[in-house]
Amino acid sequence: MASAETTAESKGRRRNRADEAAGRGGAWFPRWYWPSFTLPGILWLAVLFLLPFYTVLSVAFGYVEPLFRTPLPVYQPWYWSFATFDTTLQKFYANDTIYLQPLIRTFVFVSFASVICLVLGYAVAYYAARYAGKYRVLILVLLVSPFWISYLMRIYAWQSLLTPDGYISDIWSIFAEPVNWLAGKPVTVILGLVYGYIPFMILPLFGSLDRINQNLLEAGRDLGASPAQTFRRVTLPLSKPAILAGMVIVSLPMFGDYYTNDLLGSTQTSMLGNLISLTVFGAGQGPEAGSLTIVLMVIVVVPMLYYLRETKRAAERA
Amino acid sequence: MSEIVATDRTAAVPRARIRQSFFRDPWRKPYFLQGITIGYLLWSLLPVLIAVIFSFNAGRSRSTWQGFSLRWWTGDEFDSLFRDPDLRRAMFQTFRLALSTVVLAVPLGTAFAIGIDRWHGRPARSANFLMLLSFVLPEMILGVSLFLMFTQLLNNVFNLGTNVQILGLVTFQMSYPLVIVRARLLSIGPEYEEAAMDLGAKPSQSIRRVLLPLLSPAILASIAVVFADSVDDFVIVRFLSGAASSEPLSVKIYSAARASPTPAVNAAATVMLFATMLVIVVGYLLYRRYSKGQQGADVGSFAQL
Repeated sequence: MASAETTAESKGRRRNRADEAAGRGGAWFPRWYWPSFTLPGILWLAVLFLLPFYTVLSVAFGYVEPLFRTPLPVYQPWYWSFATFDTTLQKFYANDTIYLQPLIRTFVFVSFASVICLVLGYAVAYYAARYAGKYRVLILVLLVSPFWISYLMRIYAWQSLLTPDGYISDIWSIFAEPVNWLAGKPVTVILGLVYGYIPFMILPLFGSLDRINQNLLEAGRDLGASPAQTFRRVTLPLSKPAILAGMVIVSLPMFGDYYTNDLLGSTQTSMLGNLISLTVFGAGQGPEAGSLTIVLMVIVVVPMLYYLRETKRAAERA
Repeated sequence: MSEIVATDRTAAVPRARIRQSFFRDPWRKPYFLQGITIGYLLWSLLPVLIAVIFSFNAGRSRSTWQGFSLRWWTGDEFDSLFRDPDLRRAMFQTFRLALSTVVLAVPLGTAFAIGIDRWHGRPARSANFLMLLSFVLPEMILGVSLFLMFTQLLNNVFNLGTNVQILGLVTFQMSYPLVIVRARLLSIGPEYEEAAMDLGAKPSQSIRRVLLPLLSPAILASIAVVFADSVDDFVIVRFLSGAASSEPLSVKIYSAARASPTPAVNAAATVMLFATMLVIVVGYLLYRRYSKGQQGADVGSFAQL
């Protein structure tokens, strides 16, 4: 991408906008003209994005129908009851801590998986951006292709390899005691998460490393920095925004993931997502599912807002 | 990197030599990184390839090879992908959902992108924020929220099933065209439209005859991306599927993988794989054709989408 050109163009646009605001140049549009383009999208989001969240709150702060055990949501905020929400929260910290383990596990799994994604993804993106040479296009296509393979299929493929009569188990049993990889092994689930989400890490890193001006690296070397120093003091700071963005973008879906564990783990490795997916269909557990969803939202809201702010800043800089 | 590994005294001499050669030629071939990259690519793609191959297995197993056959594609009268009514229905359901999502999400997202690009003000910023929020929100949260809404608040209006699945998918996918088209709008700027209107075109004409043709690569790319992503979607579609008849292939794979899968599941996954790959490749070729001579018409920029 020729970034210099885009900057020049956007500068030109900003001037035009100033002209429009001052009534010079540009065409005249009625005030409602451009907002009307966004109206369908806004209405859609209001009904299918905001209203669902309100329903989650109403279900979480509502009751359960005593006979059929179906949720009885309360839609008036002034009648909300926090009884179920409170009991659910108590399962995280009070006397009955059955949810504490899955919560801790979620954080541990997500941290390990994100860090592995970062280390492995950085090495691969670095190679693809700087050394791929004539194989660049091929490597890029191969790096992108997991995006277009169904997540379920990719995890299913691993499940087939890890079953007791699968190829990985066969190879393993040549060297060591046979292990049932699918019987709730944290390693399996963590590597499954890495496998599933690492493409989301590699692409932003590749984009960022690819944009680093080679002259800066050469300047660093000319001024006497060792390769390691050049990396630490030039490359790493320049790719820091992409590192943070990548960490957020891989960890967000991991927090809500339940299917990786359903296919590769057991109840011994269940995570927050598993709790939600079990309670949401369970009889009499509607308010609990709503409460757990609120917990999940609270966990992801800070990284999410951080990511949105960073992308906005990056767009303004460009 | 390799010089760090050598620690014992006997390795001191070669270690110094490695150091020196590293300084003399810092741009030498990075074998270590190359190894990691090749290893990564094998790790990421080989399992999928093996799964595709196993759809042609002659036996019932998806992990032990028992010879080649088309049994799980067409051969088996009851359990093969193209003859099991359940799997056939799921296949049609997958493509029905993906096509409907494209038809709704791409125009909605494109119009939103054009509008938000020219409308400046506080409500515009909030609307844009909301749209981007739906882009990064974990699918799980949106899925559960929509499920609760359609089963509680709107349970008299909608039943879980195809209609509701399409509504949910469109909500999640709408932001792809927004992001792609918006990037394109930023790079073409308003000059072409202004020129058209200076030459006497009405606003609607300038949009239809100048802006939309200029946006066509981005719209094509959005169509490909939304279609492929809808085919692969699992979380939302599973929460919103009603009876087993509205379950698409991704949900069938999930259910089968937790029970006792046959290679017919591999065949189903392979169909999804080739459908998305085909759409992406065709989308890319058209994209390249339409954006010929313009900047950013290489694989890299398409990949960045």
